[in-house]
Amino acid sequence: MGILNRIAGQTANAGDATTGALINVSRRNFLQTTGGLALGICFGPVACSTEKAAVPAADIAPFVPNAFLRIGADNSVTVIAKFLEMGQGTFTGLATLAAEELDADWAQVAVEAAPADAKKYTNALLGGQGTGGSTAMADSYLQMRTAGASARAMLVAAAAEQWKVPAGEITVAKGVIRHAASGKEASFGQFADAAAKQPVPAPETIKLKDPKDFTLIGTTATPRKDSQGKTDGSAMFTQDVKLPNMLVAVLAHAPKWGATIKSVDETAARAVAGVVDVVKVDGVPGTTRAAVAVLARNTWVAKQGRDALVIEWDESAAFAKSSNEISKEFKALAAKPGKVAATRGDASAGLKKPAKAIEAVYEFPYLSHAPMEPLNCVVDLKADSCTIWNGEQFHTIDQMVAAGVVGLKPEQVTIKQVYAGGSFGRRASSKSDFIVEATTLAKAARAKGIDAPIKMIWMREDDMRGGYYRPAFVHAIKAGLDAEGRITGWQSRLAGQSIAKGTPLEQYMIHDGIDHTSVEGISDTRYAFEHLQVELHSVDYPLPVLWWRSVGHTHSAYAMETMIDELAHAAGKDPIAFRRTLLEKQPRHLKVLELAAEKSGWGTPLPEIAGKKRGRGIAVHESFNTFVAEVAEVSIDASGQLKVDRVVCAVDCGLAINPDVIKAQMEGGIGFGLAAILKSEITFDKGAVVQGNFGDYPPLRINEMPAIEVHIVPSAEKPSGVGEPGTPVIGPAVANAVFAALGKRIRKLPFGDQLSA
Amino acid sequence: MTELSINGVNKTHDGDPAMPLLWFIRDEVGLTGTKFGCGVAQCGACTVHLDGNAVRACVTPVAAAAGKNVVTIENAITDKVGAAVQASWRKLDVVQCGYCQSGQMMSAVALLTRNKTPNDADIDAAMSGNVCRCATYVRIRAAIHDAAKALA
Repeated sequence: MGILNRIAGQTANAGDATTGALINVSRRNFLQTTGGLALGICFGPVACSTEKAAVPAADIAPFVPNAFLRIGADNSVTVIAKFLEMGQGTFTGLATLAAEELDADWAQVAVEAAPADAKKYTNALLGGQGTGGSTAMADSYLQMRTAGASARAMLVAAAAEQWKVPAGEITVAKGVIRHAASGKEASFGQFADAAAKQPVPAPETIKLKDPKDFTLIGTTATPRKDSQGKTDGSAMFTQDVKLPNMLVAVLAHAPKWGATIKSVDETAARAVAGVVDVVKVDGVPGTTRAAVAVLARNTWVAKQGRDALVIEWDESAAFAKSSNEISKEFKALAAKPGKVAATRGDASAGLKKPAKAIEAVYEFPYLSHAPMEPLNCVVDLKADSCTIWNGEQFHTIDQMVAAGVVGLKPEQVTIKQVYAGGSFGRRASSKSDFIVEATTLAKAARAKGIDAPIKMIWMREDDMRGGYYRPAFVHAIKAGLDAEGRITGWQSRLAGQSIAKGTPLEQYMIHDGIDHTSVEGISDTRYAFEHLQVELHSVDYPLPVLWWRSVGHTHSAYAMETMIDELAHAAGKDPIAFRRTLLEKQPRHLKVLELAAEKSGWGTPLPEIAGKKRGRGIAVHESFNTFVAEVAEVSIDASGQLKVDRVVCAVDCGLAINPDVIKAQMEGGIGFGLAAILKSEITFDKGAVVQGNFGDYPPLRINEMPAIEVHIVPSAEKPSGVGEPGTPVIGPAVANAVFAALGKRIRKLPFGDQLSA
Repeated sequence: MTELSINGVNKTHDGDPAMPLLWFIRDEVGLTGTKFGCGVAQCGACTVHLDGNAVRACVTPVAAAAGKNVVTIENAITDKVGAAVQASWRKLDVVQCGYCQSGQMMSAVALLTRNKTPNDADIDAAMSGNVCRCATYVRIRAAIHDAAKALA
């Protein structure tokens, strides 16, 4: 049993419900739940469930062969997605897998979100229903194909029975069932009713296609299923949910973590025309900030009311550090021996008398995810039920936690998953923080006699200052080279907060005091270092931290790949040749490295740009079982203004399911990583977060986006994820290009104005 | 009382005239394609057309739209340029999370309406007020060029 299920089980045992109760959801209930989508929430372009699938034209029950498919008499094929679509093309990928084996016509396929149901919809790689760790395709590759193949077999069996022909003579292609000899053909819809009466094939009888016969997987015949709704304004996000009688809540949050409410003067807030009520929302220490919510029928009124609140905070127990102190503290720790996270050979011996020694200290700031849709959540709490609308990423945990807050059983909590306007890790909250806040608010409002659904909306500043950051880290690295330019030893000492400590994930993610995600990418490096020592100082701060697109790799890949570049130069070797030696036994690393080098024209001179210095840099890194190499080309003017002109990316993610989605994820991952290394930084002034909006936490804009070429390594390996692995590689690739251009190493992120100094 | 037209339909607002157009469109009219991202005109997710000009609805008071015509993403299809932009966005699968894309497209429509053959610098100038955290910028640029070609 995996992490999420174990946590869910534990939470259930601690509360008044059982995991068994959670998973005992009948097919009938399941259909009723999905029928609830008639409320107006739908995703798909074709069989938008509100219009067609959920309300079949002729009272004919749809064919529901398994938990992942529904085929209507109207010929609609609805794929039930157990994962969240937050931009990574997951819905499209899941639909591709099922449609491939079903031999459906891509145009007839729509996607709908699954309800929270840990029994049916567990992600085996996370061990609970949830989306993250770039696992969706790896987890679903066989499951969704099997679902499609099983449904196809039942349709064929129904056709064989009615046409009185052997099933083996029936073919299916592009949504048409055909018997060539008799000239008979039919759509899926025509046989939906009859197929539903067929027995479900035994798993061992289901034969999946040979990959050489794929007509959808690996092709560009599968445009995104969410393109239509996301280009005509109809796609439904949490922000867009509107229910009868619904109130909007805008909150005043404690300015520092750990502060509590001393007093609230609600007079001015209540005087704002349209304000319905003011509700105190107690903070849960270490999870949520104390807050005061203003409820109104309209967001603007609620915000005006919020802004008029006069609150005195008790900051006596609040986090009160400033960024310069934090930096000093982490650097001092990283200068000392820490807890050993990994050892190979004897690094201290290897580092005793190298021909050349290189030492460097790297500093990485706290980072906000800052998804375009600020965090929000809709809660409709009744006496015996709680319905949540959310861009739901962690169904199993959130359902349990919400139930605990409102005092109901998990099965009384229904989660309606809608699109998420970005997440980058933030909506997979290890402590369900914003679910806790929204349900705490709903409970407090109900206690005050308010019987209405509540949409909690965080303003951008609430989101930016709401914690759960990528933790700041300091890496102190010592490495040595012998006279031939070979690495004699490598020592990394890291200091930073663990994302697992103090969360329900702690007991599953921290082993012998080491949170692997703090050191991943270094402790398990595939470079053939004979002598390696990785040590960690896990800092205890009351500040919530969280995974951020590619987790530990966000900092480890930068430290590793810029130091490797530095060692290559110190050894007088070409950075690619230097890596090649160290990766001799790593064919997948080598392949992406060589492909990126070849496609970028590595070794050829860069075209000159008048008045600018140019440079090219490379980095390679494995994360989430996917291998990525990127070559960045930069130009820097006399004032130190940097432009990343072009990035060539090579990726090996195993068998490519949707090549265009993979390319899009590399493009987006590169842009996301670039914003972080160039400009993003959350800083603290006596515990208060300084940044609040996009003015002081600047995102990447279109004029800063490089041209990007993505090359996919043809592979028959098991598919692996693409949502995260593009991100960690761009930072070191650009930093190495900057070195090539200026001879300057950037070891403190973000770059900011360091190039103009 | 403020009278204005949203997508060709007359609407009246008798609440706070300082309320941003964004919240009137979303909460009162009920059109949710126009998004809230920052509230301070720094991300462009709320971009709509006010008498043909792209404006940030989150900082435009309803009163400033009195007597004017507002067009949102829901009505972009009725315009030749809007339809071409939407078609190119789909053809190139620009969207990822999709939250910013209504604003991106409304800015792109405004650009292509006044400049039929924008070059990369024109696109940068017109589109740099629209943030996409998924960084779909490579495709946004390509889709604008594609729409321009389709309209030529």
